[in-house]
Amino acid sequence: MRLYAFCIYIFLYTPLAIIALFSFSAGRSASDFHGFSLQWYETAANNRLVKEALMNSLLVAFTSSALATLFGTAAAIMLPRVKGVARILFDGLTYVAIMVPGIVIGISTLIALVTAFNVINPQILAFWPGDPATAPQLGLGFGSLICAHSLFAMALIIVIVRARLMGMDRSLIEASMDLYADPWGTFRQITFPQILPGILAGFLLSFTFSLDDYVIASFVAGSRVTLPIYVFASIRRGVTPEINAIGTAVLVVSLIMLIGSQFLLRRGQKPAT
Amino acid sequence: MARARKWDWTAILLMSPSFAIFLALLVLPIIVVLVLSFGERAEAGGYEAAFTLAQYANLPARWAAFRNTLSLAPTGTILCLLAAYPLAYFLAVKASPRSKLLLLILVIVPFWTSFLIRTYAWIFILGGKGIPALLDWVGIPDVRLINTPFAVLLGIVYAYLPLMVFPIFVSLEKLDKRLLEASEDLGASPWATFRQVTLPLSAPGVATGCMLVFILLMGEYLIPALLGGGKVFFIGNALVDLFLQSRNWPFGSAVAVSLVAIMLVTVTLYLRLTLNRRGFRDQSMV
Repeated sequence: MRLYAFCIYIFLYTPLAIIALFSFSAGRSASDFHGFSLQWYETAANNRLVKEALMNSLLVAFTSSALATLFGTAAAIMLPRVKGVARILFDGLTYVAIMVPGIVIGISTLIALVTAFNVINPQILAFWPGDPATAPQLGLGFGSLICAHSLFAMALIIVIVRARLMGMDRSLIEASMDLYADPWGTFRQITFPQILPGILAGFLLSFTFSLDDYVIASFVAGSRVTLPIYVFASIRRGVTPEINAIGTAVLVVSLIMLIGSQFLLRRGQKPAT
Repeated sequence: MARARKWDWTAILLMSPSFAIFLALLVLPIIVVLVLSFGERAEAGGYEAAFTLAQYANLPARWAAFRNTLSLAPTGTILCLLAAYPLAYFLAVKASPRSKLLLLILVIVPFWTSFLIRTYAWIFILGGKGIPALLDWVGIPDVRLINTPFAVLLGIVYAYLPLMVFPIFVSLEKLDKRLLEASEDLGASPWATFRQVTLPLSAPGVATGCMLVFILLMGEYLIPALLGGGKVFFIGNALVDLFLQSRNWPFGSAVAVSLVAIMLVTVTLYLRLTLNRRGFRDQSMV
């Protein structure tokens, strides 16, 4: 049994270790190891396309997780006050957003946006006062990427924050009310500090999700290139040590964010005594 | 009375952005896909309004993708279960309380790191200069691993193992260890104890894990795209082809609607089957 578990851990970590090892190879080919070097990190860091893709990814990840955190948290806090059909509908939508495969989210967002653009763009053109050639036209890009990522992230955050709210000690809120705190004061001083770790963890998880997403992005990114899109395209062209270097860097960053979110989720769960 | 009827404006105000996002980016797009799936393809590759079932009648044209998904998704789920159960059992029952948490975290960490990079790692290992070169060196030449169903299944087990381990671990963890001792005291063999006590009590975790993995596998795209190399493709790959390459949106929509319909039906049936057993209702959602 112990041996089996050991083998599983080897199975889980060997591929990651191999990628990390070969990212330090000095050789030109991806699969022969020729001594230690950081040259592929340097190549990747100096690659203009990589830099641009990384900036795009960070921008999309930050904006979509920030929006999702804001709206998702607001919804999760108010959810206990909503009853009846509206509540069932909202819960249903949250689960559908999480359950529907990413690929279907990507497709449906693509079609819906393109359909909407086909309706709106001629209108803009018709009412544009100046030269028709300069009229702004809506298209796929950052906007659609941020929208599609926010949807999933928001559903995720609603679930996480609500779980934290339900795990909260009700008596604290009652005590606060008994001590004549108004609802806003109770929220600010009692509820918010308690759910804050959940909110931050949700933000970090959304950020990681957005940074790693290829499937949805491939549909709605238009001509924008995010880091996963760049990596996928490079893999298709062939395995290079540069991807190993990018991959290792991505692994390390997502590891740090994961540890951060777990730390936050755990910290608040311990009794405050 | 008047007060009870008053609208809760704070709640409405704070809920409306998220509700609007759900409506605009989830409900509306799904409706558009449904409408398109009954339409016709325009000459240039767009959409022409119509009401026809032609797209659905055309589904057998993508039969290979459906066949692969419907055979490899359940197979992958079962392989994940077989690989995950002993590990979850070890973590929950055998591991020392001190190392338990660390070992569990070590299982889950890979799941949250980059999916793309983890799958890419296997291209590296299974590809020409990886394991096949190693086998060639020990005297077994010409082994092809990448772009086979085996590679896809391996990628699936590698990617989704953590997702399967976690719910099973949770249900085994809740299991009262005294039951195992009681079974042993009553003369049951270890195997009988496992089959009659442990396994039934961990069934809710098994059910949850299988459902999660199965749902994700039905919509899988990256693993077959990278490790199946165009030979082993899923419905997800057919969808990418239809929407981004051949730009046949109405037919693509029909395929997408069928995929979601198949998922809904299997998951509903599965829940029916498992929830009807006693004790499942309270525990099956970990």
